[in-house]
Amino acid sequence: MSKRITLKDLDAYYGSFRAVEGVTLTIEPRSVTAFIGPSGCGKSTLLRTLNRMHEVVPGARVEGEVLLDGRDLYAPGVDPVLVRRQVGMVFQRPNPFPTMTIRENVLAGVKLNNRRIAKADAEELTERSLRGANLWNEVKDRLNLPANGLSGGQQQRLCIARAIAVQPEVLLMDEPCSALDPISTLAIEDLIEELKQDYTIVIVTHNMQQASRVSDRTAFFNIAGTGTPGRLIEYDDTRVMFSRPSAQATEDYVSGRFG
Amino acid sequence: MVLSTPGPALHSGALPRHSALGLFALCLAVTGTLFLLLLLSGITPAYNIAGAVFFGLVLWAATISAVSFLVEGSRRAKDRLVTALVCTSFGVALLPLISLVFTVVTNGIARFDGAFFSESLRNIIGPGGGALHAIVGTLEITLIAALISVPVGLLTAIYLVEYGRGAVARAITFLVDVMTGIPSIVAGLFAFALFQLLTGDPGIRLGFGGSIALSVLMVPIVVRSSEEMLKLVPNELREASLALGVPNWLTVGKVVLPTALAGIVTGVMLAVARVIGETAPLLLIAGYTDSMNYNPFDQRMMTLPVYVYTQYTQPGTDVQPYLERAWTASLTLILIVLALNVIARLIARFFAPKLPH
Ligand SMILES: Nc1ncnc2c1ncn2[C@@H]1O[C@H](COP(=O)(O)OP(=O)(O)OP(=O)(O)O)[C@@H](O)[C@H]1O
Ligand SMILES: [Mg+2]
Repeated sequence: MSKRITLKDLDAYYGSFRAVEGVTLTIEPRSVTAFIGPSGCGKSTLLRTLNRMHEVVPGARVEGEVLLDGRDLYAPGVDPVLVRRQVGMVFQRPNPFPTMTIRENVLAGVKLNNRRIAKADAEELTERSLRGANLWNEVKDRLNLPANGLSGGQQQRLCIARAIAVQPEVLLMDEPCSALDPISTLAIEDLIEELKQDYTIVIVTHNMQQASRVSDRTAFFNIAGTGTPGRLIEYDDTRVMFSRPSAQATEDYVSGRFG
Repeated sequence: MVLSTPGPALHSGALPRHSALGLFALCLAVTGTLFLLLLLSGITPAYNIAGAVFFGLVLWAATISAVSFLVEGSRRAKDRLVTALVCTSFGVALLPLISLVFTVVTNGIARFDGAFFSESLRNIIGPGGGALHAIVGTLEITLIAALISVPVGLLTAIYLVEYGRGAVARAITFLVDVMTGIPSIVAGLFAFALFQLLTGDPGIRLGFGGSIALSVLMVPIVVRSSEEMLKLVPNELREASLALGVPNWLTVGKVVLPTALAGIVTGVMLAVARVIGETAPLLLIAGYTDSMNYNPFDQRMMTLPVYVYTQYTQPGTDVQPYLERAWTASLTLILIVLALNVIARLIARFFAPKLPH
């Protein structure tokens, strides 16, 4: 299922402001890649260019290439809707649909697209996705209750279940644990560990321990100052990044001396 | 035993619980007797309830803050004063409303009978007759106006919030603002001129023209209220849906609209309530008649506001039955608006985002 992502000299703009500049890197399939860096360096922006969510912001645009198994996502004629079905996303703040029940939330990707699904298949998909997100046992008795009755951590795992229910190739996570307690965080980290068997995972995090715990490769981004574009400083195996990085800025950042 | 060291006082004087309520009852009793004395001495012809309540509220605001100042100190007294002022304002706002409803009900109840809701005014001179033709006319004309305005207004609002960018959106917003300010008589003239042109009949009168005039008034209200409601839908929900690979139009239709639906329905009902009482444009284009007319596309059509107007301004030699009918028609209009509001609330509750418990 999972796919390799290659970025070639990617620039991301908000109107005339260049938020990310000249990023070139390759994200391996069936692995977890972490984006780290100080606030405002463009991690979320870069993440959102990977499933064409960046252009949802009015005036936002992208230059350069993002290749998904060699196919450019920004080539003319590529349908962003189809891209997003292959590259799923989990947001920083849990955002279940308030008008829907837990079950409807999990099936949202199917139902919202007006696709017909047999009742048995829907049951099966709901259970598989919720089990995949480690949430099944907690909600199996209240699938028909509103989703905003769940705790924050449960809501976030519901959002993960919702994202994996459309069976994407890649899963993007933008600080998925920043609103969660340590126990929910651990549950999600375990989940990421399991999900990487099937998916290519990219995670943005501010938590150095988390990056070193869950990721195989780590990319460090930085900005020269406010108003300047974010750049990729260093990209390497997570072990290397946290033990003997080659750039001084990386060492300062991962050891907590700045940022 | 260690005695606690004396520090800043933690206690202050306090009025007993419910003293505000008790004092209010007392003030009401005082002003109540005062107005009773006025009545008995013949200065006022009837007992002035509104006056008693109003001056009771004012007296209460004054006494509660004075008493509180003496017992509880200045900070609490300010708190009490502001609370009392808020309650007084609320009472002042409520008095005319209650008075209006009371007046309409007492005057309108006389003819609130079967005949009023089952007969027209055809061949009626003097007492009797009813307003069925006006009720049917009001319902039909308003319903058609809503059928025109809701899709137009809602689609405009969706365009403005979800798709519109730049000059076009700004121009539409400006035009909607201009439309909001159109006087209703102008809307009536517009509809009249329009159908005059279309039919070539210089004295054209038809119910559908009234619907057109009302939709001119209704569209901007629907656009404005729906726009506000759509803006309230958090962007995160749109992004969540788009990130699942749902196309934009389905996101709008299945995520944004359902989330905002309760508010939109309320806005539409308010718009209906606003135009259902319009008189001037309907007088112009729908005209008035004493007979039944179920067909909005042909001939004059009576409506409740116009009914009230004509009954009041063109009574026969015996004025009383005309006035009674005018009041009962007003009461009916208020009841229709009330019923619409209740329906809107039920719909809103039914569609509101499901909350736990
Ligand atoms: N919608 C937007 N419109 C305009 N500028 C934006 C927008 N979103 C982000 N930016 C700008 O782009 C730059 C990068 O923002 P981004 O959100 O990608 O940073 P980040 O690395 O994710 O930060 P954080 O760690 O705080 O989430 C910032 O300078 C920010 O001000
Ligand atoms: Mg971010």
